[in-house]
Amino acid sequence: MATKLFALLASALAAASIASAQAAEPKRGGILKVYHRETPPSLSIHEEATFSVNIPMMGVFNNLVIYDQHKAQNSLDTIRPELATSWAWNKQSTELTFKLREGVQWHDGKPFTSKDVKCTFDLLQGKAQDKFRKDPRKDWYANVTDVTVTGDFEATFHLKRPQLSLLAMLASGYTPIYPCHVSAAQMRTHPIGTGPFKFVEMKQNESIKFAKNPDYWKKGLPYLDGTEFTIIKSRATAVLAFVAGKVDMTFPTEMTAALVKDIRSQDPKAICEIKPINVSTNLIVNRESAPFNNPELRKAMALSLDRKSFIDIILQGQGDVGGSLLPPPEGVWGLPPDILKTIPGYGDVEKDREDARAIMTKLGYGADKPLKIKVSTRNLATDRDPAVVLLDQLKSIYIDAELEPVESGAWFAKVARNDYSVGLNLTGNGIDDPDQAFYENYACGSERNYTHYCNKDLEKLFDQQSAEPDLAKRKKLVWEIDKKIQEDVARPMLFHARTGTCWKPDVKNVTIMSNSAYNGYRYEDVWLDR
Amino acid sequence: MVGTYLIRRFLLMLLTLFGISVLVFAMLRVVPGNIADILFDSAGMIDTAEKAKLEKELGLDRPIAVQYVQWIGGLAHGDLGYSYVSEKPAIDEILPRIPITAKLAGLALLFSVVLGVPLGVISAVKQNSALDHVLRVISLSGLSLPAFWLGLLILMAFVKFFGTIPIYTDPPKGFWDSLLLYSVPAAAVGFRSSALVMRLTRSSMLEVLRQDYIRTARAKGASASSVNYHHALRNAVLPVVTVIGIEAAFLMGGLIVTETVFNIPGVARFLVEAIRWRDYPIVQNLVMFIALIAVSMNFLVDLVYAVLDPRIKYAG
Repeated sequence: MATKLFALLASALAAASIASAQAAEPKRGGILKVYHRETPPSLSIHEEATFSVNIPMMGVFNNLVIYDQHKAQNSLDTIRPELATSWAWNKQSTELTFKLREGVQWHDGKPFTSKDVKCTFDLLQGKAQDKFRKDPRKDWYANVTDVTVTGDFEATFHLKRPQLSLLAMLASGYTPIYPCHVSAAQMRTHPIGTGPFKFVEMKQNESIKFAKNPDYWKKGLPYLDGTEFTIIKSRATAVLAFVAGKVDMTFPTEMTAALVKDIRSQDPKAICEIKPINVSTNLIVNRESAPFNNPELRKAMALSLDRKSFIDIILQGQGDVGGSLLPPPEGVWGLPPDILKTIPGYGDVEKDREDARAIMTKLGYGADKPLKIKVSTRNLATDRDPAVVLLDQLKSIYIDAELEPVESGAWFAKVARNDYSVGLNLTGNGIDDPDQAFYENYACGSERNYTHYCNKDLEKLFDQQSAEPDLAKRKKLVWEIDKKIQEDVARPMLFHARTGTCWKPDVKNVTIMSNSAYNGYRYEDVWLDR
Repeated sequence: MVGTYLIRRFLLMLLTLFGISVLVFAMLRVVPGNIADILFDSAGMIDTAEKAKLEKELGLDRPIAVQYVQWIGGLAHGDLGYSYVSEKPAIDEILPRIPITAKLAGLALLFSVVLGVPLGVISAVKQNSALDHVLRVISLSGLSLPAFWLGLLILMAFVKFFGTIPIYTDPPKGFWDSLLLYSVPAAAVGFRSSALVMRLTRSSMLEVLRQDYIRTARAKGASASSVNYHHALRNAVLPVVTVIGIEAAFLMGGLIVTETVFNIPGVARFLVEAIRWRDYPIVQNLVMFIALIAVSMNFLVDLVYAVLDPRIKYAG
């Protein structure tokens, strides 16, 4: 009897394991339908700085190297070869040589060679005859002196100084390899890549369509016949479209906590994840105009901030307090809580505000004589809502602030002209990496250093951490820099937001990155269980 | 006589269109930022040299008057320029959207006339009856419910009760598919328009029904339906025709909320997007198209007046 029972159990287990294996076997075919929040400004990833472009377009291209598409946390350890088969640094870490994959074809049938790698980086560095209309990440490659090629399948990056983060930048969704034989103008409207999906068409306000690349160099991939991004401007309509099954997936990282809750209540089977997107909301203060040229006043403003309130009010608790780099555990480089709490403004809110009021009184302000200012921000809900909370918090230290909503298109022009006193700004980081964050946002003279914070001594530390091969030592340096940046009130961080993505249970193999919103959309092995 | 009138009206139309062209051109330049600002804004930075280069490439560095003359000159030759965003000919971007909006507007107009006129007549004939009160509540609801709210409510109801959603995600395949796709948003829009038509028909009918010639018709033994529909409605319908004309022009360019909620890639949504991008060639030409529809409808309404009311004579 016992033997019979055991045999029955064993056969049942075997059947279950076969069924499970079959269920896990990827199925081919089908179109993955995703809603898109807007018509992208163009289709050229290199010319844009928004994931409205990265998300649909990443599937068209390949990089030299890419972050593992199924490891949620991007780091130097999760970088995998793609168009490169291997890479090696020279002894001084000033040359990075890639061996390139042979037999790869562009979507128009032309062969991929090392010349395409050189062309891409010549374009990015403004050295090519053809030019981008705009080049938002040329600073990423400021340390690259040249890219040289040896034969058709080897390319070497020559650097001014050692920079391990170059590999991180090359692994970003922002760094696809472009073909030499296609103009920058065509890449904006009809891009050609080597990736798993070929661009089919884009209709403004309607859709962007991609078809499977049957000649993809990764044999057997992609599983999908194509992807389709339906442009739905109204978020309420988009949520209903997802619930009704018109689309298989929401636009990645676009759902607020409230919307995710709404989706879960209407479609309990939907899979939803809320994760950090490495976009910080921060305070920018014009250090060059009075009275804000007084560091004491800037310090008082930083002390007035109650970051938890921002997160509770604006994000229903779905956010994190941190420095300039995304806080752990999702962030690789962010300041740990024990260091963070030692920074003025990150401790006891009431005590900090007492200190701030004392500073303001010393500067001649008080309840009966408040400092009247304007807080400028983009006229978008994502910027305006926290700005309103900020106005309220500044009141606690005798600052009577008025909101100045600025038409979105005029925002950066205004900031670049220094035509503001206090502003609220959102900063998106393409990768979770100190080089990108520090050089882009805090280096003297950088275009995105909106507050014109400049500390030459700290810049030496930027270079030092960038060249440090020992990751533990580098992390300590990074923390030291980030702490100093916060203490100097360079650009006080209000919060790091978390947002949600939902998909239907029959969409398989989707991984949402937890420390970047720009790098995880190749979708070559995503499949539909239908 | 009528020929002279038509020529005068045509010239007046041209003058109106010229005025609109100057106005839209100037207003677009008054709004802060241009396409270069917006493009750089999406990149999170401003590179002044690159921005200047882009402005030069797009001809935005030329004097305003030169830009205006270039646009009008191109328009006269059928050259609408290129969209700054898609970098495709503006005509290729605008043309496919017109039939989409025309279908939606046509259906909505049909809905409003078919529903609004007869119900307005019934409401007037049965003045102060229970039916009149019910129709009044319905028409006032139509006028006061915000379009986005009504639209979303309809979508929610569809999702909840039918498990589907009547929004535009792919171009409809064939007549019935098209009718199905557009009829729900058209009903949402038409509900408001029909309420307006109903209220206007009612008040106009009430005024006419009190006239001596109606009493005479009744005294002569004409049937109630003959009095109401032949004698009264024909005279009462003149202001209604005016409103229908205005509505028709509005529906061609003013359905932004409905197009957004039902995700219809029509003219209005495209126009708002183009304004956001400061895509001057698209905005200027689309506004001119909508203006052309508006003045043409106005002209058509004048002609319909003469057909409906033989007493109206147009002097030269």
